[in-house]
Amino acid sequence: MTRIPIPALFGLVFTGLFFAMAVLAPLIAPYGPAEIVGDVWEPASADHLMGTDNIGRDLLTRMIYGGRTTILVATLATVISFVTGACLGLFAAVIGGWVDQALSRFVDLMMSIPTLIFALVVLSVMPVTLPVLIVVMGLLDATRVYRLSRAVAVDITVMDFVEAARLRGEGRGWIVFREILPNALSPLVAEMGLRFIFMVLFVSTLSFLGLGVQPPAADWGGIVKENKDGIVYGIGAALWPAAAIATLAISVNLVADWVLGRTTSLKGGRG
Amino acid sequence: MNRIILRILAQRIALSLLLLLLVSVLIFAGTQILPGDVAASILGQSATPEALANLREELGLNAPAWQRYFDWLGGLLQGDLGRSLTNGRDIGEAIGQRLSNTLFLATTAAVIAVPLAIFLGLVSVLYRDRWPDKLISALSLAAVSVPEFLIGYILMFWVGVQLGWAPSVAILNDTMTFWERLHAITLPVAVLTMVVLAHMMRMTRAAILNVMQSPYIETAELKGLGTFAVIWRHALPNAISPVVNVVMLNLAYLVVGVVVVEVVFVYPGMGQFLVDHVSKRDVPVVQACGLIFASVYILLNMVADIVSILANPRLRHPK
Repeated sequence: MTRIPIPALFGLVFTGLFFAMAVLAPLIAPYGPAEIVGDVWEPASADHLMGTDNIGRDLLTRMIYGGRTTILVATLATVISFVTGACLGLFAAVIGGWVDQALSRFVDLMMSIPTLIFALVVLSVMPVTLPVLIVVMGLLDATRVYRLSRAVAVDITVMDFVEAARLRGEGRGWIVFREILPNALSPLVAEMGLRFIFMVLFVSTLSFLGLGVQPPAADWGGIVKENKDGIVYGIGAALWPAAAIATLAISVNLVADWVLGRTTSLKGGRG
Repeated sequence: MNRIILRILAQRIALSLLLLLLVSVLIFAGTQILPGDVAASILGQSATPEALANLREELGLNAPAWQRYFDWLGGLLQGDLGRSLTNGRDIGEAIGQRLSNTLFLATTAAVIAVPLAIFLGLVSVLYRDRWPDKLISALSLAAVSVPEFLIGYILMFWVGVQLGWAPSVAILNDTMTFWERLHAITLPVAVLTMVVLAHMMRMTRAAILNVMQSPYIETAELKGLGTFAVIWRHALPNAISPVVNVVMLNLAYLVVGVVVVEVVFVYPGMGQFLVDHVSKRDVPVVQACGLIFASVYILLNMVADIVSILANPRLRHPK
Protein backbone atom coordinates (compact mmCIF):
# COMPACT_ATOMS: atom_id res chain seq x y z
CA MET A 1 0.00 0.00 0.00
CA THR A 2 1.56 3.26 -1.08
CA ARG A 3 1.18 6.41 0.97
CA ILE A 4 -1.94 8.39 0.16
CA PRO A 5 -1.13 11.99 -0.89
CA ILE A 6 -2.58 14.77 1.29
CA PRO A 7 -5.21 16.09 -1.19
CA ALA A 8 -6.53 12.56 -1.80
CA LEU A 9 -6.62 11.91 1.96
CA PHE A 10 -8.58 15.13 2.43
CA GLY A 11 -10.96 14.03 -0.32
CA LEU A 12 -11.37 10.53 1.15
CA VAL A 13 -12.06 11.83 4.65
CA PHE A 14 -14.67 14.34 3.52
CA THR A 15 -16.34 11.95 1.07
CA GLY A 16 -16.46 9.38 3.89
CA LEU A 17 -17.96 11.92 6.29
CA PHE A 18 -20.67 12.86 3.80
CA PHE A 19 -21.61 9.25 3.17
CA ALA A 20 -21.56 8.46 6.91
CA MET A 21 -23.83 11.46 7.44
CA ALA A 22 -26.19 10.15 4.79
CA VAL A 23 -26.37 6.68 6.32
CA LEU A 24 -26.61 7.79 9.96
CA ALA A 25 -28.92 10.79 9.37
CA PRO A 26 -31.62 9.80 11.93
CA LEU A 27 -28.96 9.22 14.61
CA ILE A 28 -26.99 12.44 14.25
CA ALA A 29 -29.73 14.90 13.32
CA PRO A 30 -30.65 16.93 16.41
CA TYR A 31 -34.36 17.23 15.51
CA GLY A 32 -36.92 15.54 13.25
CA PRO A 33 -36.84 16.60 9.56
CA ALA A 34 -40.37 18.04 9.62
CA GLU A 35 -40.38 19.22 13.23
CA ILE A 36 -41.03 22.96 13.69
CA VAL A 37 -38.72 24.00 16.50
CA GLY A 38 -38.50 27.77 16.40
CA ASP A 39 -39.29 31.02 14.68
CA VAL A 40 -38.90 31.71 10.96
CA TRP A 41 -35.25 32.21 9.89
CA GLU A 42 -33.73 32.42 13.37
CA PRO A 43 -30.03 33.24 13.26
CA ALA A 44 -27.49 30.57 14.23
CA SER A 45 -27.40 29.80 17.95
CA ALA A 46 -26.29 27.01 20.29
CA ASP A 47 -29.65 25.25 19.87
CA HIS A 48 -29.71 25.64 16.08
CA LEU A 49 -26.16 25.61 14.72
CA MET A 50 -27.25 26.84 11.29
CA GLY A 51 -30.38 28.67 12.40
CA THR A 52 -33.89 27.77 11.27
CA ASP A 53 -35.50 27.71 7.84
CA ASN A 54 -38.46 29.43 6.18
CA ILE A 55 -41.07 27.78 8.41
CA GLY A 56 -38.99 27.37 11.54
CA ARG A 57 -37.48 23.91 11.07
CA ASP A 58 -33.91 23.31 12.24
CA LEU A 59 -31.69 23.96 9.26
CA LEU A 60 -28.87 21.62 10.32
CA THR A 61 -31.38 18.76 10.52
CA ARG A 62 -32.78 19.67 7.11
CA MET A 63 -29.26 19.77 5.66
CA ILE A 64 -28.43 16.31 7.06
CA TYR A 65 -31.64 14.73 5.76
CA GLY A 66 -31.29 16.70 2.53
CA GLY A 67 -27.76 15.36 2.09
CA ARG A 68 -29.16 11.88 2.60
CA THR A 69 -31.69 12.30 -0.23
CA THR A 70 -29.23 14.02 -2.56
CA ILE A 71 -26.53 11.39 -2.04
CA LEU A 72 -28.99 8.50 -2.30
CA VAL A 73 -30.50 9.76 -5.56
CA ALA A 74 -27.10 10.62 -7.03
CA THR A 75 -25.62 7.24 -6.07
CA LEU A 76 -28.49 5.18 -7.47
CA ALA A 77 -28.60 7.24 -10.67
CA THR A 78 -24.84 6.78 -11.10
CA VAL A 79 -25.24 3.02 -10.65
CA ILE A 80 -28.00 2.87 -13.28
CA SER A 81 -26.01 5.07 -15.62
CA PHE A 82 -22.90 2.89 -15.25
CA VAL A 83 -24.59 -0.48 -15.50
CA THR A 84 -26.54 0.48 -18.64
CA GLY A 85 -23.86 2.66 -20.23
CA ALA A 86 -20.93 0.35 -19.60
CA CYS A 87 -22.75 -2.87 -20.58
CA LEU A 88 -24.08 -1.39 -23.82
CA GLY A 89 -20.75 0.27 -24.60
CA LEU A 90 -18.68 -2.86 -24.04
CA PHE A 91 -21.08 -5.08 -25.96
CA ALA A 92 -21.24 -2.56 -28.82
CA ALA A 93 -17.45 -2.62 -29.06
CA VAL A 94 -17.29 -6.42 -28.99
CA ILE A 95 -20.16 -7.10 -31.38
CA GLY A 96 -19.32 -4.26 -33.77
CA GLY A 97 -21.06 -4.00 -37.12
CA TRP A 98 -24.56 -2.60 -37.41
CA VAL A 99 -25.40 -3.10 -33.71
CA ASP A 100 -22.52 -0.81 -32.82
CA GLN A 101 -23.50 1.68 -35.54
CA ALA A 102 -27.14 1.78 -34.50
CA LEU A 103 -26.37 2.21 -30.80
CA SER A 104 -23.69 4.82 -31.37
CA ARG A 105 -25.79 6.91 -33.74
CA PHE A 106 -28.71 6.74 -31.30
CA VAL A 107 -26.44 7.95 -28.49
CA ASP A 108 -25.19 10.79 -30.74
CA LEU A 109 -28.79 11.78 -31.27
CA MET A 110 -29.56 11.71 -27.53
CA MET A 111 -26.47 13.81 -26.83
CA SER A 112 -27.48 16.44 -29.37
CA ILE A 113 -30.18 17.57 -26.95
CA PRO A 114 -28.88 19.23 -23.77
CA THR A 115 -29.42 16.86 -20.81
CA LEU A 116 -31.32 19.36 -18.68
CA ILE A 117 -33.69 20.26 -21.53
CA PHE A 118 -34.32 16.59 -22.30
CA ALA A 119 -34.98 15.86 -18.62
CA LEU A 120 -37.45 18.76 -18.45
CA VAL A 121 -39.27 17.50 -21.55
CA VAL A 122 -39.55 13.99 -20.13
CA LEU A 123 -40.50 15.12 -16.62
CA SER A 124 -43.33 17.23 -18.05
CA VAL A 125 -45.28 14.03 -18.75
CA MET A 126 -43.95 11.65 -16.11
CA PRO A 127 -45.08 11.70 -12.48
CA VAL A 128 -42.20 13.22 -10.49
CA THR A 129 -41.38 10.54 -7.92
CA LEU A 130 -37.98 9.43 -6.66
CA PRO A 131 -37.78 6.20 -8.72
CA VAL A 132 -38.80 8.03 -11.94
CA LEU A 133 -36.29 10.78 -11.22
CA ILE A 134 -33.48 8.29 -10.60
CA VAL A 135 -34.21 6.26 -13.72
CA VAL A 136 -34.55 9.34 -15.97
CA MET A 137 -31.30 10.84 -14.67
CA GLY A 138 -29.50 7.51 -14.91
CA LEU A 139 -30.60 6.75 -18.46
CA LEU A 140 -29.86 10.26 -19.77
CA ASP A 141 -26.40 10.12 -18.29
CA ALA A 142 -25.76 6.58 -19.53
CA THR A 143 -25.03 8.12 -22.96
CA ARG A 144 -21.80 9.66 -21.61
CA VAL A 145 -20.72 6.42 -19.98
CA TYR A 146 -21.54 4.54 -23.17
CA ARG A 147 -19.23 6.77 -25.21
CA LEU A 148 -16.36 6.38 -22.79
CA SER A 149 -16.65 2.64 -22.27
CA ARG A 150 -17.07 2.00 -25.98
CA ALA A 151 -13.99 4.09 -26.78
CA VAL A 152 -11.92 2.26 -24.15
CA ALA A 153 -13.21 -1.17 -25.16
CA VAL A 154 -12.59 -0.66 -28.89
CA ASP A 155 -8.88 -0.35 -28.11
CA ILE A 156 -8.89 -3.49 -25.98
CA THR A 157 -10.90 -5.74 -28.33
CA VAL A 158 -8.11 -5.69 -30.92
CA MET A 159 -5.55 -7.04 -28.43
CA ASP A 160 -4.10 -10.51 -28.70
CA PHE A 161 -5.51 -11.92 -25.48
CA VAL A 162 -9.04 -11.10 -26.65
CA GLU A 163 -8.30 -12.80 -29.96
CA ALA A 164 -7.00 -15.79 -28.01
CA ALA A 165 -10.18 -15.94 -25.93
CA ARG A 166 -12.25 -15.79 -29.12
CA LEU A 167 -10.27 -18.65 -30.66
CA ARG A 168 -10.70 -20.66 -27.46
CA GLY A 169 -14.41 -20.37 -28.22
CA GLU A 170 -15.43 -18.24 -25.25
CA GLY A 171 -18.87 -16.64 -25.43
CA ARG A 172 -19.52 -12.90 -25.69
CA GLY A 173 -20.41 -12.64 -22.00
CA TRP A 174 -17.04 -14.08 -21.00
CA ILE A 175 -15.14 -11.80 -23.36
CA VAL A 176 -16.92 -8.71 -22.12
CA PHE A 177 -16.85 -9.40 -18.39
CA ARG A 178 -13.68 -11.48 -17.97
CA GLU A 179 -11.36 -10.13 -20.66
CA ILE A 180 -12.35 -6.53 -21.39
CA LEU A 181 -14.02 -5.19 -18.26
CA PRO A 182 -11.04 -5.75 -15.89
CA ASN A 183 -8.79 -3.86 -18.30
CA ALA A 184 -11.27 -1.03 -18.82
CA LEU A 185 -11.96 -0.58 -15.12
CA SER A 186 -9.57 2.21 -14.16
CA PRO A 187 -10.79 4.95 -16.52
CA LEU A 188 -14.35 3.88 -15.72
CA VAL A 189 -13.81 4.20 -11.97
CA ALA A 190 -12.34 7.67 -12.33
CA GLU A 191 -15.22 8.65 -14.59
CA MET A 192 -17.63 7.33 -11.97
CA GLY A 193 -16.50 10.03 -9.55
CA LEU A 194 -17.15 12.76 -12.11
CA ARG A 195 -20.53 11.31 -13.06
CA PHE A 196 -21.49 11.17 -9.36
CA ILE A 197 -20.73 14.87 -8.95
CA PHE A 198 -22.64 15.64 -12.11
CA MET A 199 -25.61 13.74 -10.67
CA VAL A 200 -25.42 15.71 -7.41
CA LEU A 201 -25.44 18.98 -9.35
CA PHE A 202 -28.18 17.69 -11.66
CA VAL A 203 -30.59 16.55 -8.94
CA SER A 204 -29.98 19.76 -7.01
CA THR A 205 -30.77 21.80 -10.10
CA LEU A 206 -33.95 19.84 -10.81
CA SER A 207 -35.12 20.15 -7.21
CA PHE A 208 -34.34 23.84 -7.24
CA LEU A 209 -36.52 24.19 -10.32
CA GLY A 210 -39.27 22.37 -8.39
CA LEU A 211 -39.10 19.31 -10.66
CA GLY A 212 -36.93 17.02 -8.57
CA VAL A 213 -37.40 15.80 -5.01
CA GLN A 214 -40.85 16.94 -3.89
CA PRO A 215 -41.59 18.53 -0.48
CA PRO A 216 -41.89 17.70 2.40
CA ALA A 217 -38.84 15.51 1.63
CA ALA A 218 -35.73 17.65 1.57
CA ASP A 219 -32.68 17.68 -0.61
CA TRP A 220 -30.01 20.33 -0.99
CA GLY A 221 -31.54 21.89 -4.09
CA GLY A 222 -34.96 21.91 -2.41
CA ILE A 223 -33.53 23.68 0.66
CA VAL A 224 -32.29 26.47 -1.63
CA LYS A 225 -35.72 26.73 -3.20
CA GLU A 226 -37.44 26.90 0.21
CA ASN A 227 -35.14 29.54 1.60
CA LYS A 228 -34.39 31.65 -1.48
CA ASP A 229 -36.85 34.38 -0.49
CA GLY A 230 -34.70 35.12 2.54
CA ILE A 231 -31.81 36.21 0.31
CA VAL A 232 -33.31 39.61 -0.50
CA TYR A 233 -33.69 40.29 3.24
CA GLY A 234 -30.04 39.43 3.76
CA ILE A 235 -30.68 35.98 5.28
CA GLY A 236 -28.09 33.48 4.07
CA ALA A 237 -29.93 30.24 4.92
CA ALA A 238 -30.08 29.29 1.23
CA LEU A 239 -26.29 29.42 0.93
CA TRP A 240 -25.56 26.44 3.23
CA PRO A 241 -26.30 23.89 0.46
CA ALA A 242 -23.77 25.75 -1.71
CA ALA A 243 -21.06 25.03 0.83
CA ALA A 244 -22.17 21.39 1.17
CA ILE A 245 -22.35 20.71 -2.57
CA ALA A 246 -19.02 22.41 -3.24
CA THR A 247 -17.26 20.48 -0.46
CA LEU A 248 -18.67 17.16 -1.63
CA ALA A 249 -17.86 17.87 -5.28
CA ILE A 250 -14.28 18.93 -4.58
CA SER A 251 -13.64 15.93 -2.27
CA VAL A 252 -14.94 13.42 -4.82
CA ASN A 253 -12.90 15.16 -7.53
CA LEU A 254 -9.71 14.82 -5.49
CA VAL A 255 -10.36 11.11 -4.90
CA ALA A 256 -11.15 10.52 -8.58
CA ASP A 257 -7.93 12.30 -9.63
CA TRP A 258 -5.94 10.13 -7.26
CA VAL A 259 -7.58 6.89 -8.42
CA LEU A 260 -6.90 7.79 -12.04
CA GLY A 261 -3.29 8.78 -11.32
CA ARG A 262 -2.64 5.66 -9.26
CA THR A 263 -4.06 3.18 -11.73
CA THR A 264 -2.34 4.78 -14.72
CA SER A 265 1.00 4.81 -12.90
CA LEU A 266 0.55 1.10 -12.12
CA LYS A 267 0.18 0.49 -15.84
CA GLY A 268 3.33 2.51 -16.48
CA GLY A 269 5.36 -0.15 -14.66
CA ARG A 270 6.90 1.48 -11.60
CA GLY A 271 4.42 1.71 -8.73
CA MET B 1 -13.70 28.84 -51.72
CA ASN B 2 -13.25 25.66 -53.65
CA ARG B 3 -15.32 22.65 -54.41
CA ILE B 4 -13.99 20.36 -51.70
CA ILE B 5 -14.83 22.81 -48.94
CA LEU B 6 -18.27 23.48 -50.39
CA ARG B 7 -18.99 19.78 -50.53
CA ILE B 8 -17.87 19.19 -46.95
CA LEU B 9 -19.89 22.18 -45.75
CA ALA B 10 -22.97 21.00 -47.61
CA GLN B 11 -22.60 17.57 -46.02
CA ARG B 12 -22.23 19.08 -42.58
CA ILE B 13 -25.31 21.29 -42.99
CA ALA B 14 -27.38 18.40 -44.35
CA LEU B 15 -26.31 16.32 -41.35
CA SER B 16 -27.49 19.04 -38.97
CA LEU B 17 -30.86 19.25 -40.70
CA LEU B 18 -31.25 15.49 -40.43
CA LEU B 19 -30.28 15.67 -36.77
CA LEU B 20 -32.84 18.40 -36.20
CA LEU B 21 -35.56 16.27 -37.76
CA LEU B 22 -34.62 13.27 -35.61
CA VAL B 23 -34.50 15.45 -32.50
CA SER B 24 -38.03 16.62 -33.22
CA VAL B 25 -39.09 12.96 -33.41
CA LEU B 26 -37.32 12.25 -30.12
CA ILE B 27 -38.89 15.22 -28.33
CA PHE B 28 -42.30 14.30 -29.65
CA ALA B 29 -41.84 10.65 -28.68
CA GLY B 30 -40.55 11.66 -25.26
CA THR B 31 -43.76 13.54 -24.48
CA GLN B 32 -46.35 11.38 -26.23
CA ILE B 33 -45.52 7.73 -25.99
CA LEU B 34 -44.33 7.58 -22.40
CA PRO B 35 -46.69 5.99 -19.85
CA GLY B 36 -47.89 9.38 -18.55
CA ASP B 37 -50.99 10.52 -20.45
CA VAL B 38 -51.34 14.27 -20.95
CA ALA B 39 -55.06 14.30 -20.33
CA ALA B 40 -54.69 12.28 -17.12
CA SER B 41 -51.97 14.54 -15.80
CA ILE B 42 -53.93 17.73 -16.57
CA LEU B 43 -57.02 16.50 -14.75
CA GLY B 44 -55.19 14.84 -11.88
CA GLN B 45 -56.23 11.74 -9.96
CA SER B 46 -59.82 12.82 -9.30
CA ALA B 47 -60.73 12.79 -13.03
CA THR B 48 -63.90 10.98 -14.06
CA PRO B 49 -63.61 8.65 -17.07
CA GLU B 50 -66.03 10.88 -19.06
CA ALA B 51 -63.99 14.01 -18.38
CA LEU B 52 -60.85 12.15 -19.47
CA ALA B 53 -62.49 10.93 -22.66
CA ASN B 54 -63.74 14.46 -23.47
CA LEU B 55 -60.37 16.04 -22.92
CA ARG B 56 -58.62 13.37 -25.00
CA GLU B 57 -61.06 14.09 -27.81
CA GLU B 58 -60.48 17.84 -27.49
CA LEU B 59 -56.70 17.48 -27.55
CA GLY B 60 -56.80 15.10 -30.49
CA LEU B 61 -55.13 12.37 -28.44
CA ASN B 62 -57.24 9.67 -30.07
CA ALA B 63 -55.45 10.02 -33.40
CA PRO B 64 -52.47 7.68 -33.85
CA ALA B 65 -49.12 9.06 -32.65
CA TRP B 66 -47.51 9.33 -36.10
CA GLN B 67 -50.43 11.37 -37.41
CA ARG B 68 -50.18 13.77 -34.48
CA TYR B 69 -46.44 14.02 -35.06
CA PHE B 70 -46.85 15.03 -38.71
CA ASP B 71 -49.57 17.54 -37.80
CA TRP B 72 -47.22 19.04 -35.23
CA LEU B 73 -44.25 19.05 -37.60
CA GLY B 74 -46.32 20.55 -40.43
CA GLY B 75 -47.42 23.33 -38.10
CA LEU B 76 -43.84 23.98 -36.99
CA LEU B 77 -42.60 24.29 -40.57
CA GLN B 78 -45.24 26.95 -41.20
CA GLY B 79 -44.22 28.79 -38.04
CA ASP B 80 -47.22 27.59 -36.04
CA LEU B 81 -46.02 26.35 -32.66
CA GLY B 82 -49.50 25.36 -31.52
CA ARG B 83 -51.57 26.54 -28.59
CA SER B 84 -50.84 26.38 -24.89
CA LEU B 85 -52.99 23.87 -22.98
CA THR B 86 -53.30 25.97 -19.85
CA ASN B 87 -54.48 29.28 -21.28
CA GLY B 88 -55.15 28.54 -24.94
CA ARG B 89 -52.84 31.31 -26.16
CA ASP B 90 -50.73 31.04 -29.29
CA ILE B 91 -47.29 29.78 -28.23
CA GLY B 92 -45.42 31.63 -30.97
CA GLU B 93 -46.71 35.00 -29.71
CA ALA B 94 -45.92 34.20 -26.09
CA ILE B 95 -42.41 33.08 -26.94
CA GLY B 96 -41.37 35.90 -29.30
CA GLN B 97 -40.46 38.57 -26.74
CA ARG B 98 -39.01 36.02 -24.32
CA LEU B 99 -36.76 34.52 -26.96
CA SER B 100 -35.25 37.92 -27.72
CA ASN B 101 -34.77 38.56 -23.97
CA THR B 102 -32.96 35.25 -23.61
CA LEU B 103 -30.77 35.93 -26.63
CA PHE B 104 -29.94 39.38 -25.20
CA LEU B 105 -28.82 37.79 -21.91
CA ALA B 106 -26.83 34.99 -23.54
CA THR B 107 -25.19 37.30 -26.09
CA THR B 108 -24.10 39.78 -23.44
CA ALA B 109 -22.60 36.95 -21.38
CA ALA B 110 -20.84 35.57 -24.46
CA VAL B 111 -19.44 38.98 -25.46
CA ILE B 112 -17.83 39.26 -22.02
CA ALA B 113 -16.87 35.64 -21.41
CA VAL B 114 -15.22 34.70 -24.71
CA PRO B 115 -12.49 37.39 -24.91
CA LEU B 116 -11.90 37.14 -21.16
CA ALA B 117 -11.50 33.36 -21.30
CA ILE B 118 -9.07 33.51 -24.21
CA PHE B 119 -7.07 36.27 -22.51
CA LEU B 120 -6.91 34.36 -19.20
CA GLY B 121 -6.01 31.18 -21.08
CA LEU B 122 -3.09 33.04 -22.67
CA VAL B 123 -2.05 34.44 -19.28
CA SER B 124 -1.98 31.00 -17.72
CA VAL B 125 0.12 29.70 -20.63
CA LEU B 126 2.55 32.61 -20.21
CA TYR B 127 2.87 32.01 -16.45
CA ARG B 128 2.66 28.25 -16.70
CA ASP B 129 3.09 26.49 -13.32
CA ARG B 130 3.60 29.79 -11.54
CA TRP B 131 1.09 31.40 -9.17
CA PRO B 132 -1.21 33.12 -11.74
CA ASP B 133 -1.68 29.79 -13.51
CA LYS B 134 -2.30 27.91 -10.25
CA LEU B 135 -4.70 30.56 -8.98
CA ILE B 136 -6.66 30.48 -12.23
CA SER B 137 -6.94 26.69 -12.23
CA ALA B 138 -7.94 26.57 -8.54
CA LEU B 139 -10.67 29.13 -9.16
CA SER B 140 -11.93 27.21 -12.16
CA LEU B 141 -12.10 23.97 -10.12
CA ALA B 142 -14.16 25.85 -7.53
CA ALA B 143 -16.43 27.29 -10.21
CA VAL B 144 -17.27 23.91 -11.74
CA SER B 145 -18.01 22.40 -8.31
CA VAL B 146 -20.94 24.68 -7.55
CA PRO B 147 -24.16 24.52 -9.58
CA GLU B 148 -25.02 27.73 -11.41
CA PHE B 149 -28.11 28.53 -9.39
CA LEU B 150 -26.03 28.59 -6.22
CA ILE B 151 -23.42 30.88 -7.79
CA GLY B 152 -26.44 33.05 -8.62
CA TYR B 153 -27.64 33.19 -5.03
CA ILE B 154 -24.14 33.73 -3.65
CA LEU B 155 -23.71 36.75 -5.93
CA MET B 156 -27.23 37.95 -5.18
CA PHE B 157 -26.56 37.70 -1.45
CA TRP B 158 -23.14 39.35 -1.36
CA VAL B 159 -23.12 41.72 -4.32
CA GLY B 160 -26.82 42.44 -4.70
CA VAL B 161 -28.04 42.62 -1.10
CA GLN B 162 -25.05 43.16 1.20
CA LEU B 163 -23.08 45.54 -1.03
CA GLY B 164 -25.99 46.83 -3.09
CA TRP B 165 -23.88 47.22 -6.25
CA ALA B 166 -26.34 45.66 -8.68
CA PRO B 167 -30.07 44.92 -8.76
CA SER B 168 -30.76 41.52 -7.22
CA VAL B 169 -33.59 40.60 -9.59
CA ALA B 170 -33.46 41.17 -13.33
CA ILE B 171 -36.87 42.49 -14.32
CA LEU B 172 -37.18 44.10 -17.73
CA ASN B 173 -39.97 46.32 -19.01
CA ASP B 174 -40.70 48.07 -22.27
CA THR B 175 -39.79 51.57 -21.15
CA MET B 176 -36.18 50.72 -20.27
CA THR B 177 -33.32 52.00 -22.40
CA PHE B 178 -30.55 49.72 -23.58
CA TRP B 179 -28.22 50.76 -20.74
CA GLU B 180 -30.89 50.30 -18.11
CA ARG B 181 -31.51 46.82 -19.45
CA LEU B 182 -27.82 46.10 -19.36
CA HIS B 183 -27.64 47.28 -15.74
CA ALA B 184 -30.62 45.10 -14.82
CA ILE B 185 -28.92 41.95 -16.07
CA THR B 186 -25.52 42.58 -14.43
CA LEU B 187 -25.75 39.68 -11.99
CA PRO B 188 -27.19 37.02 -14.34
CA VAL B 189 -24.51 37.91 -16.88
CA ALA B 190 -21.85 37.60 -14.18
CA VAL B 191 -23.12 34.13 -13.22
CA LEU B 192 -23.26 32.88 -16.81
CA THR B 193 -19.79 34.29 -17.46
CA MET B 194 -18.38 32.46 -14.45
CA VAL B 195 -20.08 29.21 -15.42
CA VAL B 196 -18.56 29.03 -18.91
CA LEU B 197 -15.35 30.93 -18.21
CA ALA B 198 -13.62 28.17 -16.25
CA HIS B 199 -14.06 25.44 -18.83
CA MET B 200 -13.34 27.68 -21.80
CA MET B 201 -10.17 28.99 -20.22
CA ARG B 202 -8.82 25.57 -19.28
CA MET B 203 -9.46 24.23 -22.76
CA THR B 204 -7.86 27.30 -24.36
CA ARG B 205 -4.84 26.75 -22.14
CA ALA B 206 -4.68 23.07 -23.07
CA ALA B 207 -5.06 23.79 -26.81
CA ILE B 208 -2.31 26.42 -26.84
CA LEU B 209 0.03 24.32 -24.68
CA ASN B 210 -0.49 21.47 -27.14
CA VAL B 211 0.56 23.68 -30.05
CA MET B 212 3.49 25.02 -28.01
CA GLN B 213 5.08 21.54 -28.10
CA SER B 214 5.52 21.77 -31.90
CA PRO B 215 8.96 22.19 -33.49
CA TYR B 216 8.06 25.45 -35.28
CA ILE B 217 7.48 27.09 -31.91
CA GLU B 218 10.97 26.09 -30.88
CA THR B 219 12.26 27.62 -34.13
CA ALA B 220 10.40 30.85 -33.39
CA GLU B 221 11.87 30.94 -29.89
CA LEU B 222 15.37 30.21 -31.17
CA LYS B 223 15.22 33.02 -33.70
CA GLY B 224 14.75 35.36 -30.76
CA LEU B 225 11.06 36.27 -30.67
CA GLY B 226 9.57 37.27 -27.32
CA THR B 227 7.19 34.90 -25.54
CA PHE B 228 4.15 36.99 -26.31
CA ALA B 229 5.03 37.31 -30.00
CA VAL B 230 5.53 33.54 -30.22
CA ILE B 231 2.14 32.87 -28.71
CA TRP B 232 0.33 35.60 -30.66
CA ARG B 233 1.89 35.09 -34.11
CA HIS B 234 2.69 31.38 -34.15
CA ALA B 235 0.74 29.46 -31.54
CA LEU B 236 -2.65 31.18 -31.61
CA PRO B 237 -3.38 30.87 -35.38
CA ASN B 238 -2.78 27.14 -35.14
CA ALA B 239 -4.85 26.82 -31.99
CA ILE B 240 -7.84 28.66 -33.50
CA SER B 241 -9.74 25.58 -34.57
CA PRO B 242 -9.67 23.81 -31.17
CA VAL B 243 -10.31 27.10 -29.37
CA VAL B 244 -13.30 27.94 -31.57
CA ASN B 245 -14.65 24.47 -30.89
CA VAL B 246 -14.38 25.00 -27.16
CA VAL B 247 -15.98 28.43 -27.42
CA MET B 248 -18.92 27.05 -29.39
CA LEU B 249 -19.41 24.12 -27.01
CA ASN B 250 -19.53 26.59 -24.15
CA LEU B 251 -21.94 28.87 -25.95
CA ALA B 252 -24.10 25.80 -26.41
CA TYR B 253 -23.73 25.20 -22.69
CA LEU B 254 -24.83 28.80 -22.05
CA VAL B 255 -28.14 27.88 -23.64
CA VAL B 256 -28.70 25.38 -20.84
CA GLY B 257 -27.26 27.54 -18.07
CA VAL B 258 -29.63 30.29 -19.10
CA VAL B 259 -32.64 28.18 -18.07
CA VAL B 260 -31.57 27.99 -14.46
CA VAL B 261 -30.17 31.49 -14.19
CA GLU B 262 -33.38 33.01 -15.53
CA VAL B 263 -35.35 31.25 -12.80
CA VAL B 264 -32.96 32.52 -10.12
CA PHE B 265 -33.15 36.15 -11.22
CA VAL B 266 -36.83 36.08 -12.25
CA TYR B 267 -35.77 37.12 -15.75
CA PRO B 268 -38.59 37.08 -18.33
CA GLY B 269 -36.95 34.70 -20.80
CA MET B 270 -37.44 31.34 -22.47
CA GLY B 271 -35.91 29.33 -19.66
CA GLN B 272 -38.31 30.52 -17.03
CA PHE B 273 -41.17 30.03 -19.48
CA LEU B 274 -40.09 26.43 -20.08
CA VAL B 275 -39.73 25.60 -16.37
CA ASP B 276 -43.12 27.17 -15.53
CA HIS B 277 -44.84 25.11 -18.17
CA VAL B 278 -43.09 21.89 -17.19
CA SER B 279 -44.60 22.24 -13.70
CA LYS B 280 -47.98 22.99 -15.27
CA ARG B 281 -47.54 19.95 -17.55
CA ASP B 282 -48.33 22.11 -20.57
CA VAL B 283 -46.95 19.69 -23.14
CA PRO B 284 -47.21 21.76 -26.37
CA VAL B 285 -45.26 24.62 -24.77
CA VAL B 286 -42.63 22.24 -23.42
CA GLN B 287 -42.24 20.63 -26.86
CA ALA B 288 -41.88 23.98 -28.59
CA CYS B 289 -39.37 25.36 -26.06
CA GLY B 290 -37.45 22.08 -25.94
CA LEU B 291 -37.15 22.07 -29.71
CA ILE B 292 -35.99 25.70 -29.82
CA PHE B 293 -33.30 25.07 -27.20
CA ALA B 294 -32.19 21.90 -28.96
CA SER B 295 -32.04 23.70 -32.35
CA VAL B 296 -29.85 26.48 -30.95
CA TYR B 297 -27.59 23.82 -29.44
CA ILE B 298 -27.32 21.90 -32.71
CA LEU B 299 -26.79 25.13 -34.68
CA LEU B 300 -23.89 26.20 -32.46
CA ASN B 301 -22.28 22.78 -32.76
CA MET B 302 -22.63 23.03 -36.54
CA VAL B 303 -21.01 26.48 -36.57
CA ALA B 304 -18.13 25.07 -34.52
CA ASP B 305 -17.54 22.34 -37.09
CA ILE B 306 -17.83 24.77 -40.01
CA VAL B 307 -15.28 27.14 -38.49
CA SER B 308 -12.81 24.35 -37.90
CA ILE B 309 -13.27 23.17 -41.49
CA LEU B 310 -12.62 26.72 -42.73
CA ALA B 311 -9.68 27.22 -40.38
CA ASN B 312 -7.91 24.18 -41.78
CA PRO B 313 -5.43 25.42 -44.43
CA ARG B 314 -5.05 21.90 -45.86
CA LEU B 315 -8.68 22.07 -46.95
CA ARG B 316 -8.53 25.72 -48.06
CA HIS B 317 -5.52 25.20 -50.33
CA PRO B 318 -5.63 21.64 -51.66
CA LYS B 319 -2.61 20.43 -53.63
